[in-house]
Amino acid sequence: MELNETNIYKALEQVMDPEIPVLNVLDLGMITAVEVAGEAVHVKMIPTFAACPAVELIRRNIRTVLEETLQTVVTVEIDREAHWTSNRMTDSAKEKLKNFGIAPPQISNGEAYSEILLQTPCAHCGSKNTYLRSPFGSTLCRAIHYCRDCGQVFEHFKPLE
Amino acid sequence: MTKNNALIYMLTAMADDALILGHRNSEWTGLGPVMEEDIAFSSMAQDKIGHAWALYRIQQEDLGGGDPDQFAFLRNEKDYRCCHLVEQPNGEYDFSLMRHFLFDHAEAIRYEQLQQSSFAPLQPLARKLKGEIKYHTLHANAWITQLCRAGEESYARMQSALNACFPLALGLFEPGGEAEDLLVAEKVYPGEKALQQLWMDRIYAILSAAALNLPGEHAVQPAYGGRKGCHTVHLQPLLEEMGNVFRTDPAATW
Repeated sequence: MELNETNIYKALEQVMDPEIPVLNVLDLGMITAVEVAGEAVHVKMIPTFAACPAVELIRRNIRTVLEETLQTVVTVEIDREAHWTSNRMTDSAKEKLKNFGIAPPQISNGEAYSEILLQTPCAHCGSKNTYLRSPFGSTLCRAIHYCRDCGQVFEHFKPLE
Repeated sequence: MTKNNALIYMLTAMADDALILGHRNSEWTGLGPVMEEDIAFSSMAQDKIGHAWALYRIQQEDLGGGDPDQFAFLRNEKDYRCCHLVEQPNGEYDFSLMRHFLFDHAEAIRYEQLQQSSFAPLQPLARKLKGEIKYHTLHANAWITQLCRAGEESYARMQSALNACFPLALGLFEPGGEAEDLLVAEKVYPGEKALQQLWMDRIYAILSAAALNLPGEHAVQPAYGGRKGCHTVHLQPLLEEMGNVFRTDPAATW
């Protein structure tokens, strides 16, 4: 396969998040740069949460998948300058999250989280008659809400500024 | 004192606070009063330990410090710079919650200020951690408010937890002497006194809405000493437990 940016991005589509397997690293906005340097490929990425335990695993997966697909040497570096916010997530990623049963993050616009978290649409029935049960869930990026209409608990990918 | 040493003094204190409180938070795993709270304290433990690691890493990469894991686990007690508040055993849930409330607001304020630090590596980190800690303060505020409205016994317990935690929490802002003066002059951060004032204003608003009485700042004895390596009897046993597995083989790859 020819070494160019388009093919690198195509290959990155196959690298899924280990905690949310319907999203790839591009959906999540984790990739900040790709570069072809001679015969080698260089990728820069940013973690979602500072303490995300999956960062090293994702980094290894990017290297393995890209080396296999592109048949070349790949280095993956953590980008110290770029800042991850949930606004980096693409619209199609939010759609995939919803179909997976997790409410997508609202656009964070500098407002206090307590306000944007109000009436998060239920991931099961879409009702806005919901409340935040806990800002912490099964992974660092998720919160737990309760829907008064369908009577079910649902998870939410938290907005992060 | 060089600027490098002053920065190490400040970053070690911040990181050790996060590491030790992270360990205490993790002690609630499996024991929380309801499942959501069990998950909350476990998640906050994970965040805190990640934040400590990021601060140790800055010391290693930008200030000539050592390996973060070795630094976290293999120091002697007197070389830790954490304050007495985080060393205390978890006690009952009222104490753990009140400590979490006072500590996380202090951290939030510190990171808000460090976004403008003249020490460049702190700027992106402060911005990131500030966003994450907002979920910690959101959690703390909700429980403080709710438990203060949950009847006489509940209210009384929250007030007595506040009375016990407040002098300890003042230790978060222990004056840093020469190191602090240097960092303030270099515009690394605004200094402990300024942070304490911002913190008092922030917590006062929430505590008074919950009808709790904040003890007078000058009526209590602040628990100082931690930043200088003088600790309570609770730290050494914690360090022994925390480093137990690591010390069996410090060179192991996990």
